[in-house]
Amino acid sequence: MSGTLLLVQVLNGLQLGVILFLVAAGLTLVFGVMGFINLAHGVQYMVGAYLTWQFHAWTGNFALGLALALVTALGLGLLLERLIFRQLYDRDHLDQVLATFGVILFVNEAVKVVWGPVPLSLAPPEWLAGSVTLVPGLLYPVYRFAVIGAGLLVALGLYLLVMRTRAGMLVRAGSTHPDVVAALGVDIRKLFMAVFGFGAMLAGFAGGLAAPLFAVQTGMGDDLLIVAFVVIVIGGIGSIRGAFVAALLVGLVDTVGRQLLTDGLRLALDPSSANQIGPALASMLVYVVMAVILAIRPTGLFAGKAA
Amino acid sequence: MQRFVVVGAALAALAWPAVADEPVKVGMIVTLSGPPAALGQHARDGFQLALDQLGGKFGDRDVELIVADAELKPDVAIDRARALVERDDVDFVVGTIFSNMLGAIFKPVTDSGTFLLSPNAGPSPFAGANCHEDFFAVSYQNDQNHEVLGRYAQDQGFERVFLLAPNYQAGRDSLAGFKRHFDGTVVDEAYVPLTQQDFSSEVARIAAADPEALFVFMPGGLGVRFVNQFRQSGLADRVAFLSAFTVDETTLPAQKDAALGFFGGGNWSPGLDTPGNAEFVEAFEAAYGYVPALYAMQGYDTAMLLDSVVRAVGGDLDDRDAVRAAIRAADFQSLRGDFSFNTNGYPIQDFYLLRVVARDDGNYQTEVVQQVFDDYGDVYAAECALD
Repeated sequence: MSGTLLLVQVLNGLQLGVILFLVAAGLTLVFGVMGFINLAHGVQYMVGAYLTWQFHAWTGNFALGLALALVTALGLGLLLERLIFRQLYDRDHLDQVLATFGVILFVNEAVKVVWGPVPLSLAPPEWLAGSVTLVPGLLYPVYRFAVIGAGLLVALGLYLLVMRTRAGMLVRAGSTHPDVVAALGVDIRKLFMAVFGFGAMLAGFAGGLAAPLFAVQTGMGDDLLIVAFVVIVIGGIGSIRGAFVAALLVGLVDTVGRQLLTDGLRLALDPSSANQIGPALASMLVYVVMAVILAIRPTGLFAGKAA
Repeated sequence: MQRFVVVGAALAALAWPAVADEPVKVGMIVTLSGPPAALGQHARDGFQLALDQLGGKFGDRDVELIVADAELKPDVAIDRARALVERDDVDFVVGTIFSNMLGAIFKPVTDSGTFLLSPNAGPSPFAGANCHEDFFAVSYQNDQNHEVLGRYAQDQGFERVFLLAPNYQAGRDSLAGFKRHFDGTVVDEAYVPLTQQDFSSEVARIAAADPEALFVFMPGGLGVRFVNQFRQSGLADRVAFLSAFTVDETTLPAQKDAALGFFGGGNWSPGLDTPGNAEFVEAFEAAYGYVPALYAMQGYDTAMLLDSVVRAVGGDLDDRDAVRAAIRAADFQSLRGDFSFNTNGYPIQDFYLLRVVARDDGNYQTEVVQQVFDDYGDVYAAECALD
């Protein structure tokens, strides 16, 4: 594998990492702060992509479409919280898993009814449509750089929000000592609701960013959700910093590892076996990494530290 | 006494029409939910269109169509299949879209003594040693569409080809099918998980391998993502794009210009010049508002085949040997043109190289570039003991 190919794969890994981070950030806050398992978080990602597609179709402007989708995703997140999830905070985790799984089924079918079963696609905005030549003959779309940049900016913003503002302080306090925070006169329910809506919006933002890269289709968030759970477990539940580090780690391991593992196996095996075994092992790789990290640090990389 | 005679006559009068009026029952099992729902929708709509054109009748018997969703889950498909053959007591089962669903329902349906006709799935096991006299694929044998591209790559004299498929049984079968008629060099082959979102890693590998042509099997949403990303990478300008089940009328609404000029292979296209095909495409688009794919054509052909069967046996479906002979005769006008059944119940038909074109009305479809196979049967028929 040449140096330039490695560079391309690292960029691909970073880009997968920031998308994962945007989804995992909301998940880890909701799980960490409220102790609430929300399997339907992937649905917010999917809805974000569909809304971006729809608003883009109406307005003809990607940035405006994404902004409108964010507002709507926030509204939908708050609505779901109010109607369904609020009833579940005091129930045990099994009830939460069952109910939020039901939400997945419902929303996936609802989306199919509204937009049809055929995958939709969305072109990147004109001003980001160009490409850069990294490897001779291979163009790397500018839009992918933009996704990496946007993800890193949001990560920085989130860090400042959680570490430097009063709202962030309440979230941090609420995640470790909810009873004390409530006793000090903070409406913990309202805090939960805000965190929930914010998490939904982040996932929607990830979906909107991903829409021009991948196909917009039902169930698109379900596969991502599993990896997002891996991310928050590796990073330490409730930790934004952990989610960020773990998301980039998982993104890089998945992309670069897939390439290295197949290439490495080829030294030992014939090409056709290497080509079949390589991807199979590579898809296990992130779980192996998770197992190793949990064996060394059972609560994840950044657990117990403030957010 | 006279009174009894009158009552008896009245009962007989009631009873006779009841038998004649009893509809032909057809149970359809296709996947209608989840991401691949579009394929099942095409097959169902195609079947329904044929039924509507036949006035809701096969021959002069009314038809009752019961549609079930296989949900792409083997256990669900088995339950639905059992319900159709045991509770609804259907005369024919039409299913499925996916080969693994066919594997699930095959035994329950054929064991019950019900005829099974596939509107799409054509796996190799049932074409070879495990063929069954009551099973017919109205579609194709799975390997064939991939063989079309292998043969074309061979005829074009491509020396270096890169292969890409999902890492599951059909993906490995696909690449094996491609290689059956291709003797050039496979510079590299890559397998990806069925849930792959981002192909940038594979695109980088293709660029590094620098092949003359690329062959991919990326069904459904995989194909939408891959085609868009491949086009964005700029590789499409120097690598010929050959594919099976990757660019068809179910995915083109999402791929649009990104797929223009890309090659596929198959037994039909909306523009194929055969008797009745143009009328079918026009009627389908008028009725359902989208461009039909091969699944729609196969659904339509299945209904037309059943119509010919009911006509041939004069509406009497109790004589199973006669019904089976009528199916094997395939005495209907397929939208594909030439069509007959091989000894294993799979078709002998023509295959074409297809290319994606934009239509004047803003829609996209595949067009025939050239015929690749003429009256082509599958390689497994020799292993089938039926004759």
